[in-house]
Amino acid sequence: MEYFLTEQQKLIKSIARRIAEERILPVRAELDEKEEFPWALIKDIANADLFRIFIPEQYEGMGEGSFALVIAVEELARACAGVSLTYAADALGAFPILLYASEKQKQQYLPAIASGTRLTAFGLTESGAGSDAGAIKTTAKKDGDSYVLNGTKQFITNGGEAEIYTVIALTDPTKGSRGASAFIVEKGTPGFTFGKKEKKLGIRCSATRELVFHNCRVPKENLLGREGMGFIVTMKTLDSSRPGVGALALGLAQGALEAAVAYARQRVQFGHPVSSIQAVQHILANMAMELEAARALVYATAKTIDSGAKNFTEEGAMAKVFATDMAMKVTTDAVQVFGGPGYMRDYPVEKMMRDAKINQIYEGTNQVLRNVIALELLRRKGLRE
Amino acid sequence: MNIIVCIKQVPGTTEIKIDPKTNTLVREGVKSIINPFDCYAVEEGVRLRERYGGKVTVITMGPPQAEEALRETISLGADEAILLSDRAFAGSDTWATSYVLSRAAAKIANYDLIICGKQTLDGDTAQVGPGVSEMLKIPFIAYVSKVEETKDKYIRVQRMVEEGYEVIEATLPAVITVVKEINVPRLPSLRGTMKSKSAKIPVWNAAEIGVEADRAGIPGSPTRVVKIFYPKRTHKSEIFQGTVEEQVSQLAERLEKIV
Repeated sequence: MEYFLTEQQKLIKSIARRIAEERILPVRAELDEKEEFPWALIKDIANADLFRIFIPEQYEGMGEGSFALVIAVEELARACAGVSLTYAADALGAFPILLYASEKQKQQYLPAIASGTRLTAFGLTESGAGSDAGAIKTTAKKDGDSYVLNGTKQFITNGGEAEIYTVIALTDPTKGSRGASAFIVEKGTPGFTFGKKEKKLGIRCSATRELVFHNCRVPKENLLGREGMGFIVTMKTLDSSRPGVGALALGLAQGALEAAVAYARQRVQFGHPVSSIQAVQHILANMAMELEAARALVYATAKTIDSGAKNFTEEGAMAKVFATDMAMKVTTDAVQVFGGPGYMRDYPVEKMMRDAKINQIYEGTNQVLRNVIALELLRRKGLRE
Repeated sequence: MNIIVCIKQVPGTTEIKIDPKTNTLVREGVKSIINPFDCYAVEEGVRLRERYGGKVTVITMGPPQAEEALRETISLGADEAILLSDRAFAGSDTWATSYVLSRAAAKIANYDLIICGKQTLDGDTAQVGPGVSEMLKIPFIAYVSKVEETKDKYIRVQRMVEEGYEVIEATLPAVITVVKEINVPRLPSLRGTMKSKSAKIPVWNAAEIGVEADRAGIPGSPTRVVKIFYPKRTHKSEIFQGTVEEQVSQLAERLEKIV
């Protein structure tokens, strides 16, 4: 398929691919086994300027858009979804600042994010507030020139490793979700510590951790936007980040498809390679077809965002749901094509299957996002512009 | 700290073919790459600049297409690159090459350190680094595996030797050649690649760097390659098959016969 990449986008793709093949591939199994945060690889990604692509030029970024980010995330995920997620979650943490920060806040934080020297994370989820994000309990009480945060965030990607956190907390608990506000909280702020480090099924080199706020005082200048805007910040942030999750799913599925085809061509049973068996060929054909359809949807969504569209909630949700359901199926099929060996850790496909599952869950479960799609669909009466 | 890195473009293959008539390398149809050892030299130059400030200038002597290799070094962090190219340089051996490179260094003038890879993939002589230092009459250290420190016009390095390493100090300016243990070269960056595409790569000819006509190219090269050939195999080899036990007994049987 020809997606008409610009020279710059081709360059981003080739650089991300070199990092994936030369740096990530040799260590992915070890990182998974040891559940070790991939700092050396993050440094490679930073040195290659990939953190700059989603930051505007005036803040030492390269001013590329959603499509360029999608390409980079996909290429990295082709080798390891855990490493790619670490990168994509940094963009997620940066989106609230990109979308809602004041000029002063942007100048303070974005150059460090662009250089990759300081990672970011987005803190929304709590033990009692997953799909029901409006049920968050973390509070931010105004006290003179500062806010005092109390509460615990759960399952925060890049938690503990990132230095710049965007945290959603209630400034007015009586108003429910309309009482939520977004804050920038830096690692090292007194009263801000890290709790349990999760042990996961997949994406095991990615850090997932609790953020614990105990009388954590942040200056009022760290408020993003105005009080009460927390949920708008959240929704717009997730709208922007979901094509990235779709891209991660594309990369995963691409890696699984390549592995399955290579294995099917060399695995001999009944005296010939299993790739000559039609039952296997049909599995491979379906994998390729579904992957390509998902890629078209994710790319089109990213290009829609880059075109300056104001509202892309529905498109973003569709891209995320379709691509991540596809990746779950394609990685599972890859294990099937491998047969017994595919179930073993000696081969990469079992890891891909484990890594795929989370993509159907985080940044809006695929069920909640179907609600979102249905709501938009009903609002526009099913009509197409 | 101003650093000059000398690189060479070499055929990107392990199957090097030699023209039996001219005894030179066949370069047609083979993709060129930066000599791998020179990549470590570029990376070390860039790292030293990141540590101490200054500038990294990469030079190479070669045909016009060697410009491509120089551009690549800019994408890897080098500040400037200069191509030394002149018909008069063609056919230079290591002696003449060292002379041309030393003339270019003399023209660049304000340098503290010259870094080369320990040897090239094609020629494999490891003579150009020391040659350059000899012609510039400055200290030389080969097989450097770590630059420990450099300041106040001196450098302290670790040099690989068979049984370990030596720590050596030299005054600057100096020439060092580096081994692959010294670093892991970075991959090209986005900004670097974009800069490399638009970078101006000056071309210096013989006259511009004051190369005397009879000291470069074939007239300036005392080396004559008389013949290149694969050595004749004078021994036979045999690979035993079977389990380890079977192979061991076969080997023992054979050894018994000899004794």
